[in-house]
Amino acid sequence: MARVLALAEAVEAIVRDGDSVAMEGFTHLIPHAAGHEIIRQGRKHLTLIRMTPDILYDQLIGMGCADKLVFSWGGNPGVGSLYRLRDAVENGWPHRLEIEEHSHAAMANAYEAGAAGLPFAVLRGYIGTDLPDVNPKIRRVTCPYTGEVLATVPAHRPDVAIIHALKADREGNVLLAGILGVQKEAVLAARRALVTVEEVVDDFGPRSLNACILPSWTVAAIAVVPGGAFPSYAQGYYRRFNAFYKEWDGIARERATFLAWMKENVLAKTPDAFATHVRAAGGGVTS
Amino acid sequence: MTPDYTPNEMMTITAARALKNEDVVFVGIGMPSAAANLARLTHAPGITLIYESGTLATRPTVLPLSIGDGELCETALTTVSVPEMFRYWLQGGRISVGFLGGAQIDKFANLNTTVVGSYDKPKVRLPGGGGAPEIATSCGEIFIIMAQSRRGFVGKLDFVTSLGHGEGGKHRERLGVKTKGPTRLVTDLCIFEPDPESREMTVVSIHPGVTRAQIQDNTGWTVRYAAKVAETPPPGAHELAVLRQLHARTAKAHGQAA
Repeated sequence: MARVLALAEAVEAIVRDGDSVAMEGFTHLIPHAAGHEIIRQGRKHLTLIRMTPDILYDQLIGMGCADKLVFSWGGNPGVGSLYRLRDAVENGWPHRLEIEEHSHAAMANAYEAGAAGLPFAVLRGYIGTDLPDVNPKIRRVTCPYTGEVLATVPAHRPDVAIIHALKADREGNVLLAGILGVQKEAVLAARRALVTVEEVVDDFGPRSLNACILPSWTVAAIAVVPGGAFPSYAQGYYRRFNAFYKEWDGIARERATFLAWMKENVLAKTPDAFATHVRAAGGGVTS
Repeated sequence: MTPDYTPNEMMTITAARALKNEDVVFVGIGMPSAAANLARLTHAPGITLIYESGTLATRPTVLPLSIGDGELCETALTTVSVPEMFRYWLQGGRISVGFLGGAQIDKFANLNTTVVGSYDKPKVRLPGGGGAPEIATSCGEIFIIMAQSRRGFVGKLDFVTSLGHGEGGKHRERLGVKTKGPTRLVTDLCIFEPDPESREMTVVSIHPGVTRAQIQDNTGWTVRYAAKVAETPPPGAHELAVLRQLHARTAKAHGQAA
């Protein structure tokens, strides 16, 4: 059963140094508040897993939390580079970062295999690309029925999955809607899951009969953090703050401006800052 | 006479014209997204646009900054999970056109979006493949949109992220790939299509006012031309107006807080 905890307590209880951690979110519902708490608590030697590492992973990498990144696309969507990721890969700052690089299709399949309790995922992929030359985990298997040669990757089984969802009910069930990404698969593939939510409600009320709900017993801890995905968004609560993604380009380009920003906006703040950010950005815009 | 459109507008409009009303298009962010939505807002209102975030048949009013802006989900017919998107819709063979861009391209339209320089000690670490490696082989055909430059149009790629025509000829077939691969490359200067035999990307149409010398100067291999080279029709007034309105709406939306 999910325990409802303050975010700091939840991270303290769930995330350990050296863990493999998947903080998922495909543009939507990125768990920024939880990531900031990990930075504040000074977690080290993490293996960060995510299809689309963006600003949040740039911050974790730049602050030295990660030893390794498993990913398929590492950029600032629609803007350009992640300069902290690049600095780590190109110059080893703040320390060397090992990378394990995949395609989106392989990452999505690897989460699904993890959720399904399988040892590996199979896909018709990686044909004619150089990726298998630089990632020895990408291998091939021959279909026993047709003889077709297909690509395989090991299942993702992260120690911890962290996601941001729209709401939890009093029993600790968690509801997602909108762009779902791979969050359900990440939670079901992980040994422990931490979910931040916009709010807790007595009952989810009228909803689609096929709503995406993670039952309470699949989640270890829930923390209520309104605005916790900002500057990503929460469908129906607030929109993606695209202006900040553009601003990040300037902040992250140099080490000094990055560190100053992190000190002021992460290290010196608490999770309550997220609700303030959303209000400052125009409030709880619903859609 | 100064043309009343930019090379970028010429490129986007030319790419948009290649899309048909009945196409099901897997759309990349940036220029592919601008071209695909321009097609939808002009000659191809029934076109199906799919973004890898899971949004099926989306009709955004403004261009998304990211592949998963709320706008895409709110205007979609439905939104599926990302594993479903890659497994059922892309790998399942439901997409007719994949629309890609890249940092580097070679004469067989193989693309690099991974690194400039060596992989282990890159000069520039690029974002990586994302969906492209499987888009390149699973979609019925591939359109590529890229501004031409010596830096981007190179003799040899530093890294092959996604397969075009490989080393040319029947290379795709030898790899067991059943789809057509890149059938059209639209740049700010001209249109390339693969030679039917060698599969080398060959200029079939040159944009108004552009010279062959200009094309060669911006290409890192010796450019080949088809027997008959057309002049690309310039942007029409309606196409330009719709594209500019789209960009104006987008700039307004992204500049604001909400």
